[in-house]
Amino acid sequence: MSGEIEISVKNLNLWFGNFQALKNINIEIPKNAVTALIGPSGCGKSTFIKTLDRMNDLVDNVKFTGEVIYKGRNILDSDIDVVELRKEIGMVFQKPNPFPKSIFDNVAYGPRVHGIRDKKILKEIVERSLKGAAIWDEVKDRLNESALRLSGGQQQRLCIARLLAVEPDVLLMDEPASALDPIATSKIEDLIHELKKEYTIIIVTHNMQQAARVSSRTAFFFLGELVEYASTIDLFERPRENRTEDYVTGKFG
Amino acid sequence: MAARRRETAAIGLLWGAGIATLVILIVILAYILVHGLPLISWHFLTANPGIRGQTGTGIYSTIVATLAVTGVALLIAAPLSVGGAIYLNEYTKENLVRKVIRQAAEVLAGIPSIIIGLFGFIFFVIYLRPYTGGWSVLSGGLALAFMVLPISLRISEESLKAVPAELREGSLGLGATKWQSITTVILPTALPGIITGLILGAGRAIGETAAILLTAGGALGLIHSVQDPCCPMTLYIYNILTEYNDTTTAYGTAAVLIIAILAITFTTDYLMNRYTKKLKGL
Repeated sequence: MSGEIEISVKNLNLWFGNFQALKNINIEIPKNAVTALIGPSGCGKSTFIKTLDRMNDLVDNVKFTGEVIYKGRNILDSDIDVVELRKEIGMVFQKPNPFPKSIFDNVAYGPRVHGIRDKKILKEIVERSLKGAAIWDEVKDRLNESALRLSGGQQQRLCIARLLAVEPDVLLMDEPASALDPIATSKIEDLIHELKKEYTIIIVTHNMQQAARVSSRTAFFFLGELVEYASTIDLFERPRENRTEDYVTGKFG
Repeated sequence: MAARRRETAAIGLLWGAGIATLVILIVILAYILVHGLPLISWHFLTANPGIRGQTGTGIYSTIVATLAVTGVALLIAAPLSVGGAIYLNEYTKENLVRKVIRQAAEVLAGIPSIIIGLFGFIFFVIYLRPYTGGWSVLSGGLALAFMVLPISLRISEESLKAVPAELREGSLGLGATKWQSITTVILPTALPGIITGLILGAGRAIGETAAILLTAGGALGLIHSVQDPCCPMTLYIYNILTEYNDTTTAYGTAAVLIIAILAITFTTDYLMNRYTKKLKGL
């Protein structure tokens, strides 16, 4: 694997109560590239990315061991400031979740909670973020309209814009296109291609074609284990593990 | 055939049961309004009652008293119930503390209002007399606050619970603190429900008599401070009926009370609908 490593995960185990959802995960995520996580439902891929921005903390009875090294520190440490962490590692959710506010206020939300009050600066950030998420042309004349009036695909790109406004380094995407139609999906995929130049992206997907289209490396999760992690081409065309082959060829799913 | 006949009979009975609610409401409303409306005039609304209960005067000071005790009750109950609901829903997990507080609210809601009044009389009217002024707007409002609190706590909590988890995650995911998420996303989304809860509580306070009977004092003069004794409309109805047998004025006052409650209910419904629609971007 060439290039810099953004996130390095060592011996990560995670339990919800007595159920072990992640088993001894070791993985290195390259910087400024797209890494896809595939695997059947319940395999732990969503749980895994939610560990990276500590969103699992919201769940009762969650326990974890191991290390996730990001910028030289273990983000699983109990003294990590999760609020600061989430500015650097942002998440796009499966279902678009715009706030019931205007388009402008949605994108300005992050900068505002981080203390930016200057209207001119906010305007610049909003415009830059909406352009970055390839939705500016569609919404520039209706910034004061409710975000809930946008279509599902537009809402998801708005949510990506909202994230870009916080200037994160890492974008976690939890099946970002699973609720969208094919055209909206291809727009999101085009956007991912653009974004990987500046951001490290980890995308969870059910859709193997999508993983093949957007990512340079792919990890296959099964029953809480990381079965295989390789360049996307190798994983799909020359899988080393039988379970990977069975999954990518559609024997189970 | 017998089965079909039983089905028809059952539907008829159930229909009757449903309709009964409507009929009872209409009968009560009509009876009060028919007897009370003719009495309502500008003079009735703006003149003070005769100090010895003479008829032919107005009910101005009792309207003011109702507004005052309800206002005091809401001022006290609103922050407690909304704050309590936020604590329960956002800052505790499903554990013993939460169960105990929720159960406490339910028990509080079930305490007969005359007992709330008795407690208010002993504690606010007698023990805290130097602060409350004895029988007063403040003592009455405090007692009513105990009755508003459990209703609005419960409804506030339900409204907060109804805010989609995705909105919380979205806000936290952008690096907002929990408190920022609550004030900027969660509360505005839950607001229609919270306000509705407070209005229901206010409705309870406006209509309450027993708790007021022992705490507000019943003086008919116009109040000048929260430490003055007062006589809200419900208590006035009770007093003029039991002391002067003045059914005419009682009907008039009852009509004003009912119209006020209906107006508040419908206006709030309307405003909350508009707010909810705006929130949904319609």
